Amino acid sequence: MADEDRIMLEIAGLKKKFGEDVILDGVDLTINKGEVVVMLGSSGCGKSTLLRCINGLESFDEGSIRIDGEEIVSGSKAMTHLSQKIGMVFQSYDLFPHRNILDNITLAPVKVQRRAKEDARAQAEQLLRRVGLWEKRKAYPRELSGGQKQRVAIVRALCMNPEIMLFDEVTAALDPEMVREVLDVMLELAQGGMTMLIVTHEMGFARAVADRIVFLDEGKILENLPAETFFNNPSTQRAKDFLQTFEFKKH
Amino acid sequence: MALTEFFHELLAPDKVDEAWLIIQNQFPTAIWETLYVTVLSTLFAILIGLPLGVLLVTGEKKGILPLPAWLMQTLNVIINLLRSVPFLILMIMVFPLTRAIVGTVVGTEATVVPLVIAAFPFVARLTESSLREVNPNLIEMAQSMGASPLQIITKVMIPESVPSLLSNATIAITTVLGYSAMSGILGGGGLGKIAINYGYYRYKDLIMIAAVILLIVLVQLFQSVGTRLAVHSDKRLK
Repeated sequence: MADEDRIMLEIAGLKKKFGEDVILDGVDLTINKGEVVVMLGSSGCGKSTLLRCINGLESFDEGSIRIDGEEIVSGSKAMTHLSQKIGMVFQSYDLFPHRNILDNITLAPVKVQRRAKEDARAQAEQLLRRVGLWEKRKAYPRELSGGQKQRVAIVRALCMNPEIMLFDEVTAALDPEMVREVLDVMLELAQGGMTMLIVTHEMGFARAVADRIVFLDEGKILENLPAETFFNNPSTQRAKDFLQTFEFKKH
Repeated sequence: MALTEFFHELLAPDKVDEAWLIIQNQFPTAIWETLYVTVLSTLFAILIGLPLGVLLVTGEKKGILPLPAWLMQTLNVIINLLRSVPFLILMIMVFPLTRAIVGTVVGTEATVVPLVIAAFPFVARLTESSLREVNPNLIEMAQSMGASPLQIITKVMIPESVPSLLSNATIAITTVLGYSAMSGILGGGGLGKIAINYGYYRYKDLIMIAAVILLIVLVQLFQSVGTRLAVHSDKRLK
């Protein structure tokens, strides 16, 4: 395979300002097909903004983002087609409260991708069974726990057959017991070869799932290392300090 | 005592008999006219007001389908203008339009025109406020899945605000009912006309009271059906 064919996501010189505040200050990042990248960094470092730029929800000032060779331009006509290649899961699940689980999942495949209803339902069934929620297909979101809602949100994104999945702190609002069930689904997905860019604060999970860790600070990528290297031997002081905040030692 | 005297006079046997006769003869048609005018006008008002309300939300600068600022301003000014004219004055002002559409300015059908003109800007504002309640995250979610603006409107914004839209439709229909009764003074039909003709012009208080009670019953009816539908459609509640 030629090099370009292996690249799923390519970000070059990305800059984004909100008024005077520089949120992203020249971000370069390449993710290959099948690679799982975890993005770490303290809140406000620009992680979420970066994800929002990638799936076209946010415009940016300079630089470029390419998915599978196609350039992302927020609000453009081509974006409709391009955003179907990008599955996104947010912290707040964002299931449609007035649609049952099955309708939540099949809405976009049927209406946006114009797939046959039976086809979308069959895939939804297969995916829901995989995450153990097929019995809940007729339920409404309010009847589900946070962990279940988040698993449905992941299934909903997967049902669009995306080429890359973005996860924005998907377990941040969950009880500890529920975190596990969501992370297990993501781990399985990663092992299945899905290209993933994950923002999380679950260090143990990051270590287990990531091929590579990207450490973002003040809108810049400070570290871009294989997971083990990053956790054992980060190259910058800032990253060391960051990792330290997750450790508890008895003095 | 003055009060007992009042009731004694009000409920004098001959008056009650006379009132009962008029009620039997006139009320069935009047109730029908009131319902007909109210429902028809509300339907037309929703037909115009709902899309307009959608535009008020989606056409904003940060909306999903931004329209030119001058167009949005014009829309807002027109809606505000129509909303600020008292109904009876509006009715007189649209007489030429009513005559052009219906051919006359009196009678049941003729009132539909001013009622629709008065109600659609109201419906537009109510729709606007309903749609603004939709969680913006859901709209972003739909955008991130590649949905077009039209799909976001018809598949997310409207379905997600159905309970609120139903509550607001109830407010609209009861308001139109009130206006339709008011129209009785300028040639409109229905219960309002009876209350004014008999109660105000001919001092037949009993007829007026009966007409008013029926109007109250109708409002209660619309309100309880509307509330029930709104609650039933709300999947966020138990």
